[in-house]
Amino acid sequence: MSGAIDPTVVNLTVFVLAVFVGYHVVWGVTPALHTPLMSVTNAISSVIMVGAILAAGPRDIDAGSIIGAVAVGLVAINTFGGFLVTRRMLEMFKKKEPRGGGKG
Amino acid sequence: MTANQLALWYLAASVLFILALKGLSHPESARRGNLFGMVGMAIAVLVTLATTQRVELILVAILIGGAIGAVVARRVEMTQMPELVAAMHSLVGMAAVLIAIAVVNNPAAFGLPDPIPTGNKLELFIGTFVGAITFSGSVIAFGKLAGLGKKFRLFSSAPVVFKGQHLLNLALGIAMIAFGVAFFLAAPQAQWPPFIAMTALAFVLGVLIIIPIGGADMPVVISMLNSYSGWAAAGIGFSLNNPMLIIAGSLVGSSGAILSYIMCRAMNRSFFSVILGGFGAAEGSAAADTGQKTVKSGSADDVAFLLGNAESVVIIPGYGLAVARAQHAVKEMAQKLIAKGVNVRYAIHPVAGRMPGHMNVLLAEAEVPYEQVFEMEDINSDLGTTDIAFVLGANDVVNPLAEEKGSPIYGMPIIEAHKARTVLVNKRSMAAGYAGLDNPLFYMDRTMMVFGDAKKVVEEIVKAID
Repeated sequence: MSGAIDPTVVNLTVFVLAVFVGYHVVWGVTPALHTPLMSVTNAISSVIMVGAILAAGPRDIDAGSIIGAVAVGLVAINTFGGFLVTRRMLEMFKKKEPRGGGKG
Repeated sequence: MTANQLALWYLAASVLFILALKGLSHPESARRGNLFGMVGMAIAVLVTLATTQRVELILVAILIGGAIGAVVARRVEMTQMPELVAAMHSLVGMAAVLIAIAVVNNPAAFGLPDPIPTGNKLELFIGTFVGAITFSGSVIAFGKLAGLGKKFRLFSSAPVVFKGQHLLNLALGIAMIAFGVAFFLAAPQAQWPPFIAMTALAFVLGVLIIIPIGGADMPVVISMLNSYSGWAAAGIGFSLNNPMLIIAGSLVGSSGAILSYIMCRAMNRSFFSVILGGFGAAEGSAAADTGQKTVKSGSADDVAFLLGNAESVVIIPGYGLAVARAQHAVKEMAQKLIAKGVNVRYAIHPVAGRMPGHMNVLLAEAEVPYEQVFEMEDINSDLGTTDIAFVLGANDVVNPLAEEKGSPIYGMPIIEAHKARTVLVNKRSMAAGYAGLDNPLFYMDRTMMVFGDAKKVVEEIVKAID
């Protein structure tokens, strides 16, 4: 065995571990909050904006950076919309008067 | 900022994303979790922004998109959440495709060598077609959910099926992968044609995959597209060698996959049969044999009398309740009953709305305290000792046929309303539910039907309780 580790192998390691983490964390989510789960994961998947920002980043503006900027704008709808609508929903689940001991 | 510092910030953001999901294990910790998610996203975006040279262009794009998102988040009705989520999935899918195009156009902008290394190229191809399928599939799902079927047949909530459909999908899928392989093998000068062909086929495939799936299976479809949008993000993360994108994408991907599984289990359908589609084609047409059987029906006053004299009531809401916007009236009714000393609880079937957890949100919006709201498996054992099960706008999820061998819904978990001492059912008419099945619950001796619009009926009941 010799040579440097290919980035793809490192990526695969991260991927497999992240799927495990996701699996366990998501099963812990109470079913009552499955809709907020969906909207917040939606918001989180908009972290793909990082790629769009890089595309729009170079000093010389060309077709690629315009496409990147469009992608940034589209995903920003998702980022703000996703987190804010999740917050709005979760506010509804706020307890009015504490009574405790209940299940969601 | 050095590459190492950047990577560490990305690590912090990834941890915050995990904590955001972890927070959702309880309503009380969920708001803090959402805040973690926002902070993580802010970190990810800001540190990336700091490495670029066109900050103003990017900030303008963020501001425009963000403003639209904020307005939508504020205005959207809770009944429209499925549409909103479908629309947002499509945006992630589209963004994945756009980013992939930008990578092929100029790998150097992403810190990748030119020509793109083979490993990254393979991942780029996967990220692109998953993104494209997510986009067009979500657009179709959005159209079906928003009820655009009358204008465009593609958006029809009834399954759109034709002969040779699966064969066509298979052929297109193989062609798409073939072009992907061609892109993978192509020299940098010749990579655009196969890339474009592959992406175009993926867009078409996304449409074809979703059109045969009927309205009743929408909760599965939304969860599935949720999952796809995550895998698309992870695929882009692979091609950019960005661990944060991989982590966030995998979290979303596995979350969507688990939700699809939960939805399938709640309908006792295999994921495969949902994907192949065609279910619910005969919507509402199988209720023909109801002629001979008789139902007992009563008025709102009768219901109010029965409810007022019960010790325990379990309310079983279905999507019909939300359509009639009766949640607030129901909550008022429950409050009046609780004030009279009645033990009132709600029983929620996992597919009671049009997306996972939808009914819980609709009840929460009407300010029903969540400790009165129970999941199916937590309350079923209590129904045998419950005085009244009050079914509002639900049908298939309380259909006892699910316990009979040979029935089309055999094995589907149901809320056992038929075990309660008295069953009250509010429905608009005797039409069958999504599954197109008659429901024996309605013909039991212990059942009383109250026909009419859920909101009107419940409001009348509220007036009559005293």
